[in-house]
Amino acid sequence: MYTQPIHLDGAEFLTEKTKGLAEPAAPGSLGVNAERSSKSNRAVTDSVPYFQDWREAAHQVKRYAIANLDKLLVEFERNISARGAVVLWAKDAAEANEHVLRIAREHNVKSVVKAKSMVTEEMELNRVLETAGIRAVETDLGEYIVQLAGQRPVHIVTPAIHMSAADVGRLFAEKLGEPMTEEHTKLADIARRHLREEYLQADMGVSGCNFAVARTGTAVVIENEGNAGLSTATPPVHVAVVGIEKMLPRLEDLPLFLNLLPRSGTGQKLTSYTHLIHGPAPGRKLYVIIIDNGRSNVLCDPAARAALYCIRCGACINNCPVYRHVGGWAYGWVYPGPIGSILTPHLLGMKQAGELPFASSLCGACSEVCPVKIDIPHQLVHLRHRAVNEPSPMRSWTERLTWSVWAWMMAGPMRYRLTMTGLRIGVRLSRFLPWHPGKLGAWTRGRELPEVPGPDFRHWWKRNKNKYEP
Amino acid sequence: MNQSAISVAPRQDDPPYRPGEPAALFIPCYIDQFYPSIARATARLLKRYGVPVVYPTAQTCCGQPAFNSGYWEESRRVIRHFCDVFEPHRWIVCPSGSCTAMCRVFFEQADPDPRIVGIGRRVFELTEFLHDILGVTDTGATFPHKATLHIGCHGRRELGMAGPPQKLFESVRGMTYCPLPDMEECCGFGGTFSVKMPGTSLAMGETKVQNIVRSGADVVVSNDVSCLMHIGGILRRKPETKHIRTMHIAEVLVAGWEERE
Repeated sequence: MYTQPIHLDGAEFLTEKTKGLAEPAAPGSLGVNAERSSKSNRAVTDSVPYFQDWREAAHQVKRYAIANLDKLLVEFERNISARGAVVLWAKDAAEANEHVLRIAREHNVKSVVKAKSMVTEEMELNRVLETAGIRAVETDLGEYIVQLAGQRPVHIVTPAIHMSAADVGRLFAEKLGEPMTEEHTKLADIARRHLREEYLQADMGVSGCNFAVARTGTAVVIENEGNAGLSTATPPVHVAVVGIEKMLPRLEDLPLFLNLLPRSGTGQKLTSYTHLIHGPAPGRKLYVIIIDNGRSNVLCDPAARAALYCIRCGACINNCPVYRHVGGWAYGWVYPGPIGSILTPHLLGMKQAGELPFASSLCGACSEVCPVKIDIPHQLVHLRHRAVNEPSPMRSWTERLTWSVWAWMMAGPMRYRLTMTGLRIGVRLSRFLPWHPGKLGAWTRGRELPEVPGPDFRHWWKRNKNKYEP
Repeated sequence: MNQSAISVAPRQDDPPYRPGEPAALFIPCYIDQFYPSIARATARLLKRYGVPVVYPTAQTCCGQPAFNSGYWEESRRVIRHFCDVFEPHRWIVCPSGSCTAMCRVFFEQADPDPRIVGIGRRVFELTEFLHDILGVTDTGATFPHKATLHIGCHGRRELGMAGPPQKLFESVRGMTYCPLPDMEECCGFGGTFSVKMPGTSLAMGETKVQNIVRSGADVVVSNDVSCLMHIGGILRRKPETKHIRTMHIAEVLVAGWEERE
């Protein structure tokens, strides 16, 4: 399962080594690091007495915002363009890329600095710019590392969570010709030194946007390294790419989210920097590209709508035991972990991502930590239901037939007894088989089958029921 | 109650239980066939607290395997059969958190028919019924072993009921409770997940097994025997963990009772 890389518009995904979702192929450090951040972030959120109330409030704000997107998006456009920003709309990644390239041509852009943004990963903007002969450099340290390594982020908040300091030291030595070091501060110094040059040369900065406030027309970007501030303010042109789901109704709603996102994402009470961008600075240009790219597919599916409440904190990813074992690339696209499993099938379509909702034991650890209370396991089963009924890799007539027969057998007591007798005989006999086919083999690969005991409960009950019945 | 549970599933516990009201046993198919001693322990526990027990013999399955695999149309057929069988019963008790979660939480998603939803909400997990409905805090069991507790994720997060099994387990006499490191983490069973993504499921199970070994326990106890079927299967595969037994909490809660019955 999931052996084929996902291709979108000719773009190649999943070039990195992965065995897909069915086998644990993630480097050990990824699981260890994700688990460590999950535990420490959890300690931070648990220490807030009102955290559960915050979650509920955030859920309600997002619910309102997503239900009123039509109005809020227009309100946001009106308010930010009144202060001189140019707002552009893009229905998909291709349109958004066209906008960026046109802006780059207009301003004769040769090089671009990028603040961390997952939506530009959806657009594959780096590759698109490269093809057009424009140099694009990621400035977030984690993104910079994976870009240098020629990889894709394994995580939406901590893109290089799979690498140790030694890995990064070797990478910097190889790609930047720096002396090998494993010290965090020295590594950060090296990156800072190289990136400073980039900010000064760049003709254009590209960023995402964490929240877009409709009533005031404010694009909010939060970060820790100062790179987003430099990327958006140093070059003469700033392009902010905003997914339609980023809307918040009022500025008064923002503090709640500024409290939630860093705590759930990195265990911080607040990020080091919070940028509230209201419009271009004098003499500079600000373009805001509002992009759909499949998000309205979520709006079309009422049972899935809460997937758009996501604020991209990565808490569900860190807390997901499946993610810790398979890693980020196994999910085949930009969004890994539980949120990827419920978002990617909408954004890319069931045909390409129908397997993702099945990559879960439905343990619910994701939902437990989600700061906006998305009912992820319920959405996973909903998407499984869709995946087997729509054109997708999971639709299979043989499996449909199997479950139909199963349902028929389980819908009557005599048939049930007959089936169970067969199952008991099957389990007993399987011990003598030289090899186990299919699903049986999948079970016995690392597990013993249960022992078959004496008579079933029904038999015992028949003999003993008069002791128990009223 | 676990505050951060996904949704605290509404259960039909109003009007409150009146002494003498019978409880219908819902014994999931794999318990009926492979672990009948758990069902016997369940019946004994209920009888001990004066609850008359009935066992509707036409029962089969709650429909969860098909539901979790996406085959809701097929699952609905089984759910309807479940509801036809259990409709006359006010209190339904099941020794599995996962099957209870299917009835109470997921019936509504599979089939919003109010009859189906209403019957699903009458299903209680055994320890929840004992602790929350009957007010039992100590079953007087004696179990002189080193034991650890794993609470299934469906019970913990979908039903928000980690408290009752924990409290009842801790009340057992003579037992050395060895807390399980990372106890709230999934064991990796996940129903059909265990055979659809076997490598990942096994890796998660191995992590659980390592934590069981670290706890120092000789017995792993859970309120969900589906987890134990998976965990026990891994334990028995390896010589170094073969000695660690798996037991359902109902069996532990009746341990040492014989002489007083």
